[in-house]
Amino acid sequence: MSVPMLQIRGLRVRFPVRGARLAATRRWLTAVDAVDLEVADGQAVGIVGESGCGKSTLARAILGLEAPADGSIEWRGTRVHRNDGAALRSLRREVQVVFQDPVGSLDPRMTVGESVTEALEALAGRQAGDAGAARVGATLEEVGLDPSLVKRYPHELSGGQCQRVAIARAIVARPKLLICDEAVSALDVSVQAQIVNLLDELRARHGMALLFISHNLAVVRHLCEEILVMYLGRVVERAPRESIFAAPRHPYTRALLAAVPVPDPVVAAARPRDPLRAASDSGLPSPMGCAFAPRCGAADDMCRSSIPPLEEVRAREFAACHHWRALAPSASPDSRRRAT
Amino acid sequence: MEPRPLFEIRDLVVEFSTARAIVRAVHGVSLEVARGECLAVVGESGSGKSQLFLGSLGLLAAGGVARGSVLFDGREVLGGDGAARREVLGTRLSFVFQDPMNTLTPHLAVGRQLAEVVLDRGLMGPDAARARSIQVLRSVRMPEPESRLRHYPHELSGGQRQRVAIAMALMTDPELLVADEPTTALDVTVQAQVIEVLREARDRGLALVLITHDLGVVAGIADRVAVMYAGRVVECAPVRELFAATAHPYTAALLATVPRLDAPPDRRLKGVEGQPPSPGADVPGCAFAPRCPRVVPRCWEERPALQSLGGRSVACHAPLPASAESGRSGGEEP
Repeated sequence: MSVPMLQIRGLRVRFPVRGARLAATRRWLTAVDAVDLEVADGQAVGIVGESGCGKSTLARAILGLEAPADGSIEWRGTRVHRNDGAALRSLRREVQVVFQDPVGSLDPRMTVGESVTEALEALAGRQAGDAGAARVGATLEEVGLDPSLVKRYPHELSGGQCQRVAIARAIVARPKLLICDEAVSALDVSVQAQIVNLLDELRARHGMALLFISHNLAVVRHLCEEILVMYLGRVVERAPRESIFAAPRHPYTRALLAAVPVPDPVVAAARPRDPLRAASDSGLPSPMGCAFAPRCGAADDMCRSSIPPLEEVRAREFAACHHWRALAPSASPDSRRRAT
Repeated sequence: MEPRPLFEIRDLVVEFSTARAIVRAVHGVSLEVARGECLAVVGESGSGKSQLFLGSLGLLAAGGVARGSVLFDGREVLGGDGAARREVLGTRLSFVFQDPMNTLTPHLAVGRQLAEVVLDRGLMGPDAARARSIQVLRSVRMPEPESRLRHYPHELSGGQRQRVAIAMALMTDPELLVADEPTTALDVTVQAQVIEVLREARDRGLALVLITHDLGVVAGIADRVAVMYAGRVVECAPVRELFAATAHPYTAALLATVPRLDAPPDRRLKGVEGQPPSPGADVPGCAFAPRCPRVVPRCWEERPALQSLGGRSVACHAPLPASAESGRSGGEEP
């Protein structure tokens, strides 16, 4: 196989911790730690984790909005540098992003048509004659918006409609990769389903790759072939969709699966309550050990003293857990429960 | 004779006067909540589910008017000079809102905000209030409750803030807690914890109204579910019956939108096609007709009334047959 479209190796992004009370030494928070990631043309990759796991920082680093402390990001074999303006501009023609807050990501003083036209002209240059308007109209139709909404302002639209406008802005110049950072989390479930289906259709129609970031595994499952689970900056599990849901290897992946609400009162009554302690409730993880150890039912001294590497469990399946061999794959996330 | 319900809404209408017109958000809804029961009120944004409860307690935004009858423990709380409502609200009946950051005052420590709830009502002295604060923080599973009293809201995570908001609502040991989208802004893992905290409070005898757009969340906690569409209840049923077979096509559509882990992974999610009607647009027939896959000519002309059908009530001219596995569009996997 040729070089993947997007290739990330050993990416590390860190932020200085402020307010350390006149500390002599600067402290750092490592938001993304030693992450490898490839996205091929037309592939849909999901990144899943809780707030603060570094999934959005990873997305921002790909877009050149954060400077990596270490590691490399390559787009079609060329390294992306945050300070190389020309390269970044050409990257942004091919990589676009949709954020969580549909209303906040639109300019309240611009109509829908102006917003989408602005994106088109910024990325593809001024369009001759009516070509621009035609393309904007076609894109709005493609994302399921009535062309009559062209003259409306964001405050006149529902949250789902605003998110469609944000998607129209992102796809109007035909990107090769669309990054969706919690793009459906703020929407009603009924609208969420519409947007997930829309993204799936757009991907199929244009051969556009998708990097879909979410805290909900059940949503990612409908879109992505390859899934990475992140925990406090590190990838803890990575596998194709079929195996991650049928046989999750990492205890954290299992906990995430157990947290998804089950729309069935009989099953819901039988499943274990409270699958996971909150991260902040259980003390800070040791910097020497597995970050998940304080919340993990299977943690022992080894987990607290050495960081588990991301090991190949089977072909294309990776897990970062000292005990993945002992924790036999379970058919259902509900069949196992935490030790405490 | 049935015991008297704890909370009863009778034929409530909520209207807002705007510059252009009077917009009706709730069209005559009746609901009741028994002691110790959890009622889930489910619907999309704009279905009137929040306005129904805000209206019933006189908490509408400016320009809003609620008409009808609202009884708490048999006493009318809507209308009059508001004395009955003030006596109940915040003491025997508490609210939890979606955004905990707006519920909490940013410049006051958690302990002060919790204590104020009972101090301002003269229910406890300072020492008792502090002890009670620690007790309720522990009941919502806040770690190290004593030291949390000194923390400010910005020092807490989103899930912890929501737990503080629930703790505030529990300070007076209310009989009814109304939670309006309490988990919508939260991660699934934190959502599971908040639901668990509410479920434990329910297990201790608290009646609960859970207002949400997500049918997936209610399965694990509700006793009964009322589904609202365009300002009306379209289906109301005990939770097991509702999930075993939905009668209203809207409930079926809403259930099919929930992403579930037991469906085949490559199955497309089903959205509810089309948009809900804009508030105020009152049509002669069924409001769901334009989006309904089972629509019959009668639906356009005559509004279906809420009628009993088996152990549930449904407002539909062409309800789904009771035996159909209508809600289980994904099927079960072993």
